[in-house]
Amino acid sequence: MPSSVADTGDRMSTGVTHASRFVDELLHVLTLQDYNTNVVVVGVSALGLACGLIGSFLLLRKRALLGDAISHAMLPGIAGAFMVMSALGGSGKSLVGLLIGAAISGAAGLACILLIRHFSRIKEDAALGIILSVFFGLGVVLLTLIQQMRTASAAGLESFIYGKTASMLASDAIAILIAAVVISIACLVLFKEFTVLSFDQAYAQSQGFPVHGLDIVMTALVIAVMVIGLQAVGLILMIAMLVIPPAAARFWTDRLHRMLFCAGAIGLLSGLFGALISTLTPRMPAGAVIVLVAGAIFFVSMVFGTARGVVRRVVEHVGLARKVALQHLLRAMYELREAQADCEVTPTVLQEGRFSADALQPRRAWNGGELQQAIRLARRAGYLTPDSRGGVRLTESGANAAIHVVRNHRLWEIFLITHADIAPSHVDRDADMVEHVLDPAMIAELEAVLAKTDPALATLASPHHLPSAGGAG
Amino acid sequence: MSELLSMVQWQTLDTWIVVVGALCGMSCALLGTFLVLRRMSMMGDAISHAVLPGLAIAFLVAGSRGSLVMLVGAGVVGLLTAVFTQWIHRAGRVDEGASMGVVFTVLFAIGLILIVHVAEHGSDELGRAAGVDLDPRCVLQGALEMVHLYPVTLFGVSAPRAFWITAAVFIANVAIVALLYKELKISAFDPALATSLGISADWMHYLLMTLVAITTVVAFESVGSILVIAMLIVPAAAAHLLTDRLGSMLGLAMIIAVIAAVTGHWSAINVPSWVGFDGQSASTAGMIAVVSGLVFSLALLLAPRRGIVSQILNRLALSVRVAREDALGLLLRAEERGGTLTPTELRGAVRATGAGSGAVSWALHQLQRQQLVRHDSGRLQLTVAGKARATELLRSHRLWETYVEEHFHLPTDHVHGPAERLEHVTDPALRERLADTLANPTHDPHGRPIPPNDAT
Repeated sequence: MPSSVADTGDRMSTGVTHASRFVDELLHVLTLQDYNTNVVVVGVSALGLACGLIGSFLLLRKRALLGDAISHAMLPGIAGAFMVMSALGGSGKSLVGLLIGAAISGAAGLACILLIRHFSRIKEDAALGIILSVFFGLGVVLLTLIQQMRTASAAGLESFIYGKTASMLASDAIAILIAAVVISIACLVLFKEFTVLSFDQAYAQSQGFPVHGLDIVMTALVIAVMVIGLQAVGLILMIAMLVIPPAAARFWTDRLHRMLFCAGAIGLLSGLFGALISTLTPRMPAGAVIVLVAGAIFFVSMVFGTARGVVRRVVEHVGLARKVALQHLLRAMYELREAQADCEVTPTVLQEGRFSADALQPRRAWNGGELQQAIRLARRAGYLTPDSRGGVRLTESGANAAIHVVRNHRLWEIFLITHADIAPSHVDRDADMVEHVLDPAMIAELEAVLAKTDPALATLASPHHLPSAGGAG
Repeated sequence: MSELLSMVQWQTLDTWIVVVGALCGMSCALLGTFLVLRRMSMMGDAISHAVLPGLAIAFLVAGSRGSLVMLVGAGVVGLLTAVFTQWIHRAGRVDEGASMGVVFTVLFAIGLILIVHVAEHGSDELGRAAGVDLDPRCVLQGALEMVHLYPVTLFGVSAPRAFWITAAVFIANVAIVALLYKELKISAFDPALATSLGISADWMHYLLMTLVAITTVVAFESVGSILVIAMLIVPAAAAHLLTDRLGSMLGLAMIIAVIAAVTGHWSAINVPSWVGFDGQSASTAGMIAVVSGLVFSLALLLAPRRGIVSQILNRLALSVRVAREDALGLLLRAEERGGTLTPTELRGAVRATGAGSGAVSWALHQLQRQQLVRHDSGRLQLTVAGKARATELLRSHRLWETYVEEHFHLPTDHVHGPAERLEHVTDPALRERLADTLANPTHDPHGRPIPPNDAT
């Protein structure tokens, strides 16, 4: 990974003349010799970890944007706490006081969201938007008043919005570390409870879990991590950290504990590399750089993720399409042979037949290259051999596969006719869609069900009229 | 209003601020109505953050803050936000809220970096202009108070630049909504129906998103990125509580936006001095958001049918009516047995059905005032009218008991409860259909007589 940091850093450096100084700087940063850098790196990485963990549950509960609303709703609390503390004669900048104010107004915002959702027909999205903007508006009003106060200097309050990551203090980093540890422990201890709550709240309630209590604990953890992170990294980064790592982690796994681990790791890495890059480019807002790193990780995950990534899904899709094409070809061959042979279709009968593309073409609505491609696939799979007189023949494995495919198709058709009351003239297309995804267990079950209704299923003739050898499909 | 205005020095500037604020508010409310109905309010949030890089790039490309370039840049990025969100939502199967969160935070971060870059590396003039227009504080709070700094003369009228732009956008929004009213309406309420009628719901979605982006940018300059969300969503949500019709919802939302703009600016000037900040004023944009929030909470509390207060009143009225009817029924049953009840006895009996003591007192008071019940030497007696009403209720009750026993096969000692609840919601027509269905029974399952229908 150091090389990628160097690359990015290089692009952002001001010029070649500074190259040697830049390399020194880079080494200095990468070897973590700089005290300030260490503080920032540790703080932001721990924050990323904590956010990734708790954000995973928010994501699963489809509440990703709740953090957005709560974080904006904290502004009036911060400004209000500042005014109250100044009025009482303090400096107004006591961090603890400001954070208490933030927590109170964040919780008030959350309460209002729940209230609106419960007592009116306003939906959650609008409730979030209302609280977010109105609370923020109140915060802005208070800030403009503070700016005009003679008794106190408000400089620094805006760092809650944009963050002042680069000048993070050791005490901030320690607070974030403690929060990260608490949240990690809470997520471990309450893993089962949070899991049930996230996936099936009604079930959790029926099992006697204290649903409301758990909800409050979870939300309190979110508010706590936001309050602590807000001043260090700013509002937008807080939202990004809560949303992006879990969403990225989702692409890599379907198991919750792995997703938590993964989201924590992605949060941590985003923080780590974001902080490192931004120390090399001191004029860039650190929060924004961290968001971009997280965004890049998200993009990579979305494309290459092993569980839900786009590439994997495309590959799966192509694989299924090929399997379907192959099965269509085999079934067409079987049916062609069945119409020609006028006797029970056995592997031998199938192997005796010679198939030309011209004869197969009318059996199905194949366009242009589809038939040729299916034949190529079948030859590659060893189902077909070229015949000396032109055309192709089924091999033994091909003949067996064709019988298997047709059997699945017809079993499913019969099932649809006898159990789903679908007209015989309609079952072919319905069966066509399902037959490719039937697994052996399902087939066995189908056979068992159908054997009860009709013991004479051994030959398995098509339950509907099939076009004759020369007819159009 | 003139008295209020005379409290402070209301100048031409203030009028322009209010006019620009109101125009912004109305443009936003118009589009916000559709966002709220389509449950996409947070898209307003996402777009208002995400247009930042569009502005910065437009600025870098054009080298000036020419409005048209800015609008194009914002429109493009706004549309991209919608497209990316959809794409991540569909291709990546990510929850829509989360995909919005990913897109807007990343775009916002890019915007922030670009702005810092512009401010540092641009030419002096460019840098200064960027500092004025795109400085982070301006992005958050807007500069509504400074509208008068850039007057532009058009059609022989000199007005602030912001006025011309917001007016143009407002007219454009009104025109587009009016032209595509039917299409927007159908795709807002039922995208599937819209598609089946040949209206592309997707196309409407992206059109709406582009309009939101452009309007956001225009409002952005005046009220800042977060408060745009207040203008988009809050008036529309408040209007949603007040009406069920789309047309009146649009109108109400715009009226609320104007009220918020006027009251917001007025309070920005006046409220600080009430709370000890003499001679100072607060951010007008912030105050507009706060006032919109207040209007929304008023609607939440007081809306005629859906307000919390009217919900509570309805529930109270219902429980009083039930208590009243229970009291009548109890008096008639006592009369049937040849006795009467004292007020205390009746009160106790009605309370035993589960009514609160307040509701019972109010119900008894109403019964006497409506002359359904007469107070006679310490005993309560039904008047003629009261007896007629009570007989109807008793008839409903005993018919229901018969019906429940016959059709639901409940044991006789279980039929009272359901009948007790159903008698309060049975009107004469239903009662007689019930009697017909049961072939006009004369006695209920307990063997007590069912009073005949007096009307026949």
